[in-house]
Amino acid sequence: MQFFIEVLVAGLLSGVLYSLVALGFVLIYKASGVFNFAQGAMVFFAALFFVGFTEVLPRWTGLPVGSSAVFWLAMPLAFFCMVLLAMATERFVLRSLVNQPPITLFMATIGLTYLVEGIAQGVWGANVRGLDLGIEDMPIQWVMDSVGIGVSQFDVFAAGLAAVLVTVLALAFQYTKTGRALRAVADDHQAALSIGIPLQTIWVIVWSVAGFVALVAGLIWGARNGVQFALTFTALKALPVLILGGFTSIPGAILGGLIIGSSEKLAEVYLGEYVGGGIDSWFPYVLALFVLLVRPHGLFGEKHIDRV
Amino acid sequence: MFYREAGQFKTSYAADQQVFPIRQDRIAIVLLLAVAFFVVPVFASEYWMKGIIIPFLIFALAALGLNILTGYAGQLSLGSAAFMAVGAYAAFNFMLRIDGMPLIVAFALGGLSAALVGIAFGLPSLRIKGFYLAVATLAAQFFVVWLLTKVGWFSDNSSSGVITTQAMQIFGYKFETAASKYLLVLSIVVSMAMLAKNMVRGSIGRAWMAVRDMDVAAEVIGIRIMHTKLIAFAVSSFYCGVAGALYAFAYIGTVEPEGFNLDLSFKILFMIIIGGVGSIMGSFLGAAFIVLLPILLDVLVQEFLTSIFPASINSNLQLIVFGGLIIFFLIVEPHGLARLWQIAKEKLRLWPFPH
Amino acid sequence: MSGRKIGDVILELQNISLRFGGVKALTDISFDVREHEVRAIIGPNGAGKSSMLNVINGVYHPQEGRINFRGEERRKMEPHMAATQGIARTFQNIALFKGMTVLDNVMTGRNTKMKANFLEQAIRIGRAGREEMEHRKKVEEVIDFLEIQHIRKTPVGRLPYGLQKRVELARALAAEPSMLLLDEPMAGMNVEEKQDMCRFILDVNDQFGTTIVLIEHDMAVVMDISDRVVVLDYGKKIGDGTPDEVRNNPEVISAYLGVSH
Repeated sequence: MQFFIEVLVAGLLSGVLYSLVALGFVLIYKASGVFNFAQGAMVFFAALFFVGFTEVLPRWTGLPVGSSAVFWLAMPLAFFCMVLLAMATERFVLRSLVNQPPITLFMATIGLTYLVEGIAQGVWGANVRGLDLGIEDMPIQWVMDSVGIGVSQFDVFAAGLAAVLVTVLALAFQYTKTGRALRAVADDHQAALSIGIPLQTIWVIVWSVAGFVALVAGLIWGARNGVQFALTFTALKALPVLILGGFTSIPGAILGGLIIGSSEKLAEVYLGEYVGGGIDSWFPYVLALFVLLVRPHGLFGEKHIDRV
Repeated sequence: MFYREAGQFKTSYAADQQVFPIRQDRIAIVLLLAVAFFVVPVFASEYWMKGIIIPFLIFALAALGLNILTGYAGQLSLGSAAFMAVGAYAAFNFMLRIDGMPLIVAFALGGLSAALVGIAFGLPSLRIKGFYLAVATLAAQFFVVWLLTKVGWFSDNSSSGVITTQAMQIFGYKFETAASKYLLVLSIVVSMAMLAKNMVRGSIGRAWMAVRDMDVAAEVIGIRIMHTKLIAFAVSSFYCGVAGALYAFAYIGTVEPEGFNLDLSFKILFMIIIGGVGSIMGSFLGAAFIVLLPILLDVLVQEFLTSIFPASINSNLQLIVFGGLIIFFLIVEPHGLARLWQIAKEKLRLWPFPH
Repeated sequence: MSGRKIGDVILELQNISLRFGGVKALTDISFDVREHEVRAIIGPNGAGKSSMLNVINGVYHPQEGRINFRGEERRKMEPHMAATQGIARTFQNIALFKGMTVLDNVMTGRNTKMKANFLEQAIRIGRAGREEMEHRKKVEEVIDFLEIQHIRKTPVGRLPYGLQKRVELARALAAEPSMLLLDEPMAGMNVEEKQDMCRFILDVNDQFGTTIVLIEHDMAVVMDISDRVVVLDYGKKIGDGTPDEVRNNPEVISAYLGVSH
């Protein structure tokens, strides 16, 4: 029983990571109607730029390697690069594909994935790098002592960070002027334009915020698994998350992530031993497939009634 | 002045519905086939045939398959490499376990196996559309690769699923030289391309395009959606399966499931985006482009750029160029090289006049 | 008025009710359609006319009521069944296949009549090849009839609105339907185009005896060419009879013009 809870909790916490990536998707989809396949690549890009800056800053500024000063300088620098990426994407990709069907935009983001990866690795090289956030991946002592379950303090930290981020974003969407503008744009581009909302600025803002989320996700994932190319495709797992949680719901992304994370871990541990393991490579997708069969628009998705 | 249609009147519907109604086109295609069958095997170098033309033909076949499903029938699929894998492994197993299995039959059976798997993963398309379907095809992609790796039976119990395909022979004639392999692959690909062209201009092709363009209207005029979609999945997977079998038997020789990964599926998708969705010729143009581009980049980097950039730029350059090209084509000419070719031909019809 | 002799009832709708969530599109509608007649459905915007057509050919399924077509009674129609039983239609917002040429679009109208399967088509010898030619011939007759020969190889997306509507009619006619459902076939057309369209519709009814059910806003057209008219308002039937009867019905007048207080 204990073991089951440990696996479940570990799964839930890894699900939080998926949720973070899915969050970036949802933000972009909500505001620009684009299904951004490149979100995973953006996570990789952000993480790589961050790590790269931590390596390079000591040389530029004479600050000691690994110091918190370097860490806190690298963050805004990496975010600044994400903003640049957002601006470039809006200027060269989104603007040029404005009236195209969603499938074209989707395929453009597939191209974007390769482009972003190539640039990131081209600038920083393709070596796997570790990322140290200063929090150990060790069980929390008092939980271990009281209920005998091993819960990694790193995982808890990550979950807490994600929770804060989500709450801040949800509140910002609901209560700020920019958030309202974003929701207006998501609803109807034309209408938003006609009341004077600057579409292009909004898109840059949204992609930048998604970039920030990608940065946070990248830091946590990178600290967990090292910053490497494979990060891009692991982030693909966010797709089943979106199917469960719907493409436009922030709480949905969280819930979906938790379900996918926990079910994936549980399946791997309990079912995996019968079939030789490695189930987690396809389980989330097959799960999503079955959900789609029952509800073709995802668990929380919106149903379209075609007017004929 | 060379490409005029003047004087070429069609006096029957049959004549109007030929694949190449313009006489100059017919001459061109006959010449092309003649060169392909008679000139290339004699004059092309082994490196070219083995390393460039054979993979080009094989990928063109796979691209043809994906084009039928995604370009004509409008069902987005990110799992074409998985169907190639099924074709390869099925053909291998049929050759392995049935004595005296003829090669071509093994290829066909490989294709059929892929078609069956394609239908199975195509069933969800009856309920699921668009991006959601793409995610379902991802399930196929990852599941198939995992299954082929884990279940030893598929790879005759070799570790990590690696298989080495048997040597190819038909009625005792061994296909050992590059030229012989090339001719075998060429014959298969050309015949399958002709079959595809016929399907695409027949009523099934129109049904596919109708389902793609507006499935509600298609249903209303009596097209059976389920039927049409499943046939698209079956035919497309068959083509990918045969391509996979050829890939394993006539090109690489030793394959593993990981070699048919998501990256390959994307490559094939890029071929049809760049080449032209919904176009048979586009599949060939796109395959040629994607096969030749890395070689071109290699040469470029080696000749000109090593002095400026570090070595790691090369593989990343490929990623950047591919990604950039996809975006470029989607913006500038979403119908790909095939449309550019059509535009060129139209200009040629008027040449030397401007309009 | 059509010149054809009007036959027996071939379509009967009994107490049809249709809801979308909380919105009632149609409430307790009953009327019939006789063979060879031209039946118009009119009413203010949002009255449920298109929904009515959609129920007839199975795009929408009513929650209540029954449909009786050619003696067979059903709770609901399925689109494929409607097509094979000889019902064809056009749509308010043109539902052509934008990626194909005019010829190909009209050829899709013959799909239910083609027997060769896809394998035969791949080889295209024998039955498949012959069928293509036979059906091409039939399609060319329709194209002649609607005078769109000059654009047969043009992709439909490039055609002006009026011609697109005509192509949609061609596609419907290619199926040789016994009943034709037309949803605002003359919307957005100028006077000449309307006259042409009227002529075509009457010719179809005259020459082929096709029963026509049409939704139309232009009252002059409706009064001129229909045999009988059904009037809908807010999803309910408020009038049913000949054009003259309906024209003088006070409920119909107030629905269109509003009641003065």
